Amino acid sequence: MLQTWKAFYARSDPAKAYSLLSPALILVTLAMLVPLGLMLSFSFFTQISFTEIDYSFTIQRYIDFFQKNLLVSLLIKSVKISFIVTFVTLLTAYPVCYYIAFYVKKNKMLWLVLLTLPFWTSYLLRVFSWKIILGTKGVINSSLINAGLLNEPLTFLMYSETAVIITLTHAWAAFALLPLYVSLDKIDFSLIEAARDLGLSRFETFWKITLPLSLPGIIGAILIIFIPTVGDYVTPALLGGTDGRMLSNMIQAYFGKVNNLPLGAASATIMLITVAIVTIVVSYTTKKLTQRIS
Amino acid sequence: MNNSFIQINGISKHFGNVKAVDDVSFEIKEGEFFSLLGPSGCGKTTLLRLLAGFEYPTSGSLLLDGSDITALPPDKRPTNMVFQNYAIFPHINVEKNVQFGLRKLGLTNDEIIKRVKDVLSLVKLEGYEERYSSQLSGGQRQRVALARALVRQPKVLLLDEPLGALDKKLRDEMQLELRTLQKEIGITFVFVTHDQQEAISMSDRVAVMSEGKIQQMSSPNELYKNPQNIFVSDFIGETNFLKANTELKDGEYINVNIENLGSFKIKNNLNISENASEVICSVRPETMMIDTEKSDWDICLEGKIKQTSYLGEMTKFYVETKEIEKIITVSSQYFDNQSFQDGKCFISINPNDISLLNKK
Repeated sequence: MLQTWKAFYARSDPAKAYSLLSPALILVTLAMLVPLGLMLSFSFFTQISFTEIDYSFTIQRYIDFFQKNLLVSLLIKSVKISFIVTFVTLLTAYPVCYYIAFYVKKNKMLWLVLLTLPFWTSYLLRVFSWKIILGTKGVINSSLINAGLLNEPLTFLMYSETAVIITLTHAWAAFALLPLYVSLDKIDFSLIEAARDLGLSRFETFWKITLPLSLPGIIGAILIIFIPTVGDYVTPALLGGTDGRMLSNMIQAYFGKVNNLPLGAASATIMLITVAIVTIVVSYTTKKLTQRIS
Repeated sequence: MNNSFIQINGISKHFGNVKAVDDVSFEIKEGEFFSLLGPSGCGKTTLLRLLAGFEYPTSGSLLLDGSDITALPPDKRPTNMVFQNYAIFPHINVEKNVQFGLRKLGLTNDEIIKRVKDVLSLVKLEGYEERYSSQLSGGQRQRVALARALVRQPKVLLLDEPLGALDKKLRDEMQLELRTLQKEIGITFVFVTHDQQEAISMSDRVAVMSEGKIQQMSSPNELYKNPQNIFVSDFIGETNFLKANTELKDGEYINVNIENLGSFKIKNNLNISENASEVICSVRPETMMIDTEKSDWDICLEGKIKQTSYLGEMTKFYVETKEIEKIITVSSQYFDNQSFQDGKCFISINPNDISLLNKK
């Protein structure tokens, strides 16, 4: 019996694959699929009173969501903030990666490690340090006032959408560096020279050659930044004030103070679907655009 | 025909302390197939990149067809390049690759289509328009690179070791094709290679480079028959070096005393006039004769075969003699390693085949 099992195992690649994957599979099932399933089922229930929940199936919570202007506008705001963060991150990280990929000759790895240095401290710590920098008595405001450039502190810096965008951009920039760097570093520099040789200016060469060839990295960076930032609630909670609040803060409230688990679960599910749609659209467009790059 | 179509005037290119190109001056004729030949690191590619505009010289100037192009960026130069790795754009197909350089020339759509069609038929790539780089063989990629550069009808085509990545058979084929193509379209070719056989078989003129300097510039025939110095003689084909001292000059000839062999009258191709100066003589393996018996040639040495290598069309012998420690010679048909008993042989040299070389 043992012999047959051994022989089967030796020949079966799926058996080997699953046994190697099993620790991760068990963990993912328990820690992700089960809670996700629970959340999904809760979104179809009804909160009757503070402690009571009606477990009969209804899609009323989803209807509630779209009838509450606040929730819909928070969802739109979450997506908007995330898009801005993604865009600003790309705009700042891309030139840096371009520089490292094409102009740094020695110690490229050292450059990358140095760039990720701030990310060796905790996320929360970094959010708090932005509080120190952006606050009304923070580094920026007090320097400007001491320099005599301002009479009173800039209020839009702190507890605002701006604060959330700045902090999230900084918090996730490191994650954009790697896919961008890898895709740019892979580009053969002679392709860029060839384009110049064929009469294209620097800008045209970038547009026609460098940008399309680095598209996989750009898409990777977009997904890596967009997905986590759209659901971030730490930064908006600490730095957003009322203006910078995002949907995740509302979801947190539904599961906490407000105690409306079904509506919270429905909101979370809608958010999940939104992220999934954006991911699919972005990936599909990339696939179309990059089919030919290999 | 413009004899100074490309003028390279005192061009130097330094990378830090390295003098990649060191004060080089020469001219290339219009319509010429010109090769830059040398070992890796000799500066030949840097010189080509200076012509293309990818590098700017540390000093000196470049003139093309009478106008100064020293400071022009690559996109403003009437030159085009075939890259060593071909640099075919992977995200667009063959047709778009070839069209790529035409957009900026202000041609009408019909002209563009016609030019692309013509150049693809010139390089025998009709029917490959829709393919992508990843779907092409090495030889086909090379043709795309060639078509893409030629379609712009440049004044000069720069080729950076374009045949290096191909297998031998295909390389030989492409050598012939490139040569025919160049004669057909009459564009000036500047061809970089480290392969001496390639340079000799294709070029009108060859410049042999070493350590950033031009060692010799002449026709392939002249280069082989009449190398100016030890480097060129050694780099172009194989040769035997003999130490010698000069004696009396005699018109076009000079008497030299070759170590262990005695005095001979040979052609004074270097125009040496001093008496008793040390020189190096060179004698090519194929000019010597190897035999089992003594010959009546002026120089005939008895030797012992140390090693042979069979090359198919010929056999190469490494021979040791009393007078000269190591002689390389070849025999095309009569003899192989079976022919000599105990490796005993006779090497005959005609003094007319000995040439003088500069030490540097």
